Amino acid sequence: MTAMIDVTDAKKTFTMHLQGGIELPVVSGVTFQVSPGECVVLSGPSGAGKSSILKMIFGNYRCDSGRIGIRHRGALIDLASAEPRQVLNVRRSTIGYVSQFLRAVPRVATIDVVAEPLIVNGMARIDAQARAGELLHRLNIPERLWQLPPATFSGGEQQRVNIARGFISDLPILLLDEPTASLDAANRAVVVELVSEKKRRGTAMVAIVHDDEIRHLIADRIVDVTSFAAAA
Amino acid sequence: MVDQAALENDHPLLVATSLSKSFGRIAACRDVSFALYPGEVLAIVGESGSGKSTLLQLLSGQLAASAGHVSYRMRDGVARDLATLGEAERRFLYRTDWGFVHQDPAQGLRMAVSAGANVGERLMAVGWNHYGRIRETASDWLTRVEIDTARIDDAPRTYSGGMRQRLQIARNLVTEPRLVFMDEPTGGLDVSVQARLLDLLRSLVAELNLAVVIVTHDLAVARLLSHRVMVMKGGRVIETGLTDQVLDDPREPYTQLLVSSILPP
Repeated sequence: MTAMIDVTDAKKTFTMHLQGGIELPVVSGVTFQVSPGECVVLSGPSGAGKSSILKMIFGNYRCDSGRIGIRHRGALIDLASAEPRQVLNVRRSTIGYVSQFLRAVPRVATIDVVAEPLIVNGMARIDAQARAGELLHRLNIPERLWQLPPATFSGGEQQRVNIARGFISDLPILLLDEPTASLDAANRAVVVELVSEKKRRGTAMVAIVHDDEIRHLIADRIVDVTSFAAAA
Repeated sequence: MVDQAALENDHPLLVATSLSKSFGRIAACRDVSFALYPGEVLAIVGESGSGKSTLLQLLSGQLAASAGHVSYRMRDGVARDLATLGEAERRFLYRTDWGFVHQDPAQGLRMAVSAGANVGERLMAVGWNHYGRIRETASDWLTRVEIDTARIDDAPRTYSGGMRQRLQIARNLVTEPRLVFMDEPTGGLDVSVQARLLDLLRSLVAELNLAVVIVTHDLAVARLLSHRVMVMKGGRVIETGLTDQVLDDPREPYTQLLVSSILPP
């Protein structure tokens, strides 16, 4: 099976110039592949570099060396060396990312926050909003909140809006950073269901989940990040 | 049609090559090169005196470069050097294909004539002469920038700061430009008014597929509006890349200082 994500020997170090140029090694030698329809869960203690690896795959963090191979429209692109325009293209049509926290834009209604990724890819607003409504329903966000901006919502509600926004597109790759962290049992179950639906559609996923039960339910394979601990 | 658009997007709209500008012994802008594509928003950030406003003036042809050049792809698809444009082509750019949003709306508006005339004037400059249609289009644009059309006959000097800025934007966008230069567009506004303006700009830019070069010292503005960022210091571009990459994973000491100086929300 052709891998959707092919990370080879990726390395990341932070150089803190404001702290006298101190070097903070994050990860090195990161190597793993993810196939279509597979969910790989990154495991390891806090600070081991799980989120950093996810951000490297999304092109949000730069790599010092190594390759972040992404299958984009049939061809393999190395995100570690791609032009900004290519990275944006890859994000628009190949990689979705559910971050830990929703970065809300002031004044934009919840339904539009969720529908936006579809509209950007050319779907008519009305159809995109219908899809957004279905997802918000499933994630138990009451309809009376849909026209409000999510900035004032509770942490759990904001996270569900974030999940809806991340799951609405049918992108071939989805990165999930603690998607169930502040959810109750009922909503966690919805997320597990959404993940299995994506698997059936052939989406390749990389997830970070601390909840053992959820990890059990969604992981096809576990990659232990401590093996990528950077030697200082 | 989609393919055609994709094809169009594959050629840069504006290309700067080794642009430099000196004022006497002071080098305000040194060796700046980049390409801007249709629909792309580029933020130029840096502190006062970093050369960002000088760069904006060089790019928009308001200032002649000491070295280097700027080329712009005209609507016929041919890239032309700005310095060699004829008067008619230059006028076409300023009146139609480009917009320029100043920090101070008084610089971009005529303060004593009505809001409707401020918007309509750009249309008349490109040959519109049907009064009813001009007024209708102007009124449409006032609605799009959230100005009550009951105020169409009032002069902008009777408007609030936020309204003036929105009117300036309407005046610029009415001719459907492909490229808009913005110099600290939210600079003089209250925070609440800023948020509204940013949100409006963000949706208009996406809807109209505008290419934008925006100068700002506010990293939050850069994050919200731009795809790419160039960080300037001492007239040089010291760091450039995807906006979220540069802001979340800054490399240069100066960029790290800028990012770490933001107050948490």
